[in-house]
Amino acid sequence: METLQNLLGNNLGYFIWYFVVAIIIVVPLTLFVAYLTFAERRILGFMHARLGANRVGPYGLLQPFADLLKFVFKELLTPHKASSAAFSLSPLIVLICAFLVWAVIPFSPEFAFAHVNASLLYVIAVSSLGVYGIVLAGWSGNSKYSFLGGVRASAQMISYELAMGFSLVGVLMVSGSLNLVDIVNQQAHGMLAGSLFSWNFIPLFPLFLVYLISGVAETNRAPFDVCEGESEIVAGFFVEYSGTQFALFMLSEYVNMVTISIMASIMFLGGWLSPFPVSWGFIGASGFGWLLIKVCIILFGFIWYRATFPRYRYDQIMRLGWKVFLPVTLVWIFVMGAWMVSPLNIWK
Amino acid sequence: MLTSVFFYLFAAILVISAIRVITAKNPVHAVLYLVLSFVTSSALWIMLNVEFLALTLIVVYVGAVMVLFLFVVMMLDIDVEAMRKGFWRNLPLAAIIGLIIVVEMIAVLVTKPLVIMSAPELANSSVSNSNQLGFVLYTEYSYPVELASIILLVGLVIAVALTLRKTNKNAKYQNISKQIAVTHIGRVEMIRMKPEVEFKLDEKEIAE
Amino acid sequence: MIKKFFKTFFLLELLQGLRVTWRAMLTPKVTIQYPEEKTPLSPRFRALHALRRYPNGEERCIGCKLCEAVCPALAITIDVHERDDGTRRTTRYDIDLVKCIFCGFCEEACPVDAIVETDIHEYHGEKRGDLHYTKEMLLAIGDKYEPIIAKNRAMDHKYR
Repeated sequence: METLQNLLGNNLGYFIWYFVVAIIIVVPLTLFVAYLTFAERRILGFMHARLGANRVGPYGLLQPFADLLKFVFKELLTPHKASSAAFSLSPLIVLICAFLVWAVIPFSPEFAFAHVNASLLYVIAVSSLGVYGIVLAGWSGNSKYSFLGGVRASAQMISYELAMGFSLVGVLMVSGSLNLVDIVNQQAHGMLAGSLFSWNFIPLFPLFLVYLISGVAETNRAPFDVCEGESEIVAGFFVEYSGTQFALFMLSEYVNMVTISIMASIMFLGGWLSPFPVSWGFIGASGFGWLLIKVCIILFGFIWYRATFPRYRYDQIMRLGWKVFLPVTLVWIFVMGAWMVSPLNIWK
Repeated sequence: MLTSVFFYLFAAILVISAIRVITAKNPVHAVLYLVLSFVTSSALWIMLNVEFLALTLIVVYVGAVMVLFLFVVMMLDIDVEAMRKGFWRNLPLAAIIGLIIVVEMIAVLVTKPLVIMSAPELANSSVSNSNQLGFVLYTEYSYPVELASIILLVGLVIAVALTLRKTNKNAKYQNISKQIAVTHIGRVEMIRMKPEVEFKLDEKEIAE
Repeated sequence: MIKKFFKTFFLLELLQGLRVTWRAMLTPKVTIQYPEEKTPLSPRFRALHALRRYPNGEERCIGCKLCEAVCPALAITIDVHERDDGTRRTTRYDIDLVKCIFCGFCEEACPVDAIVETDIHEYHGEKRGDLHYTKEMLLAIGDKYEPIIAKNRAMDHKYR
């Protein structure tokens, strides 16, 4: 970075440096997402006792690129009487909000696009913006089905954002910081430091579960995918989209999945910390690999739930969010507060 | 230099979008402009280093309140033409009211002139903005915070009480927990019995 | 009641469901990789039509129009004339495979086993008219695949 700044002047060097860092984050992320779609198809296939996509390239490994090419060469259709500005803007809103979150997510103690002090707050704020793209997409398409999808999405995402935010409050209480790096580092300390027993998910297990489930709901994945419920409202908010715009919606859905997974591993599963004691040498060392493994495990869970659970009814989703998750998180936050001021506090 | 460029950019977007909120013909567009003005004002706050307030503005207003707003506005079937019908007739009254408000505000400003305050010094930057805010809120201002929370709670209870009126005795409500808890017990009965009519092959039909 | 509550609250029911899919994931896969692997076909399989001939080369069809009458999709069109030797033959025997629903009624209706459905299902048309099969095409199919057709008829013979 310093050499670039010396070479090109202060501001220009700064911009180019961050541009490069952004590309270093976004391109592998996009590739990861592409192969996530592939993995989803294969794993879903395996769970249905079939093989899944295996024809394009060895073991079907080129399938994501085949999908991409197909999307790119499709015609972009805009429905008659659609609100065209909002219609073409909304996939971009969804995608940009999905990628914006990655600006503050740390991959290791040192490497993140931006080290923001209130990074957790930033993540919550930006991920709450994505719903606009979905609602707008539903509204601007001038179609009953997409409108219903958009309305469902807005109600659902608001309800589950709340449960999600409250489950993160528990983590905040334990770590005393809004900084994601600090939150991970804190999980290496405490009474049971040095192994996976000091991670947040054990004392905060109810909150961890609430976070995971509302994460599934937040990304509109099965069994909470009523806003695209293909059996009732065709494809929900993106019925009217084709080609690249449709691909953007899919891309952002999967990016959001990865975001939820990486946030869950940072907040509850100790981020890049190794599950083994430091004294175990190679496997005891913390690193990006551990983060990746945790993210992959949670993503596998996402796919697994999709293969297993039937879709929730809409009113049941609302009930689960407001009448079950909210009380559970509140009660556990209270329990945590009592625990932390009691002499049994294990975080000191 | 760069900061002021960004400031004027954000300020211009904020002003334009705020004007568009009241001039937009389509109510959904108006709500979206309101969202845009919230986001830009939050950007302005970030430039003032108050990241907690800025992000809270986005989380609370943009992420929740405005989504509900949009939700409601999208569901309304507003006939814009009918709403504009009385525009010229009502204009004098509206103009008078607007004028009164402007005069009052000017009067307030004139009688108690604005003191141009210098920006407060940034406190110790090693402690984050949100930490400081929380510290002040729960020590110095803990009573106002508690008071505000009680007022909000009252508002919440009132809202629930206003809407949750089961006056209609004939209305049917679903008990979801009951629905979910349903098992085969009491619904399906497994019976073991012998067939009541014995099935016999007709000899003639076989012959045919 | 309480037991049920705990079962739901600790997600035991969900874990049960997850176990089922996990086991399914490890079971052997039943996919048939189509162009390389094929499922065995029944001798009754109904696909592309063919017109058959007698062993002496005479075409079987006598133009009785029973198939045309029975066809629920109105896919068959037949024109008939009297040949010089006094037998009744078709001048035109068209099947529009786009209309055809492959019900096999034509085959059932035929008194002389002239029109049959073979088990050839790997055919295609590149233009709109390609799936409009004329008498010559149907006879050609019959000539080409006569051994298979005859074998399938023989296998299914005792159930007819």
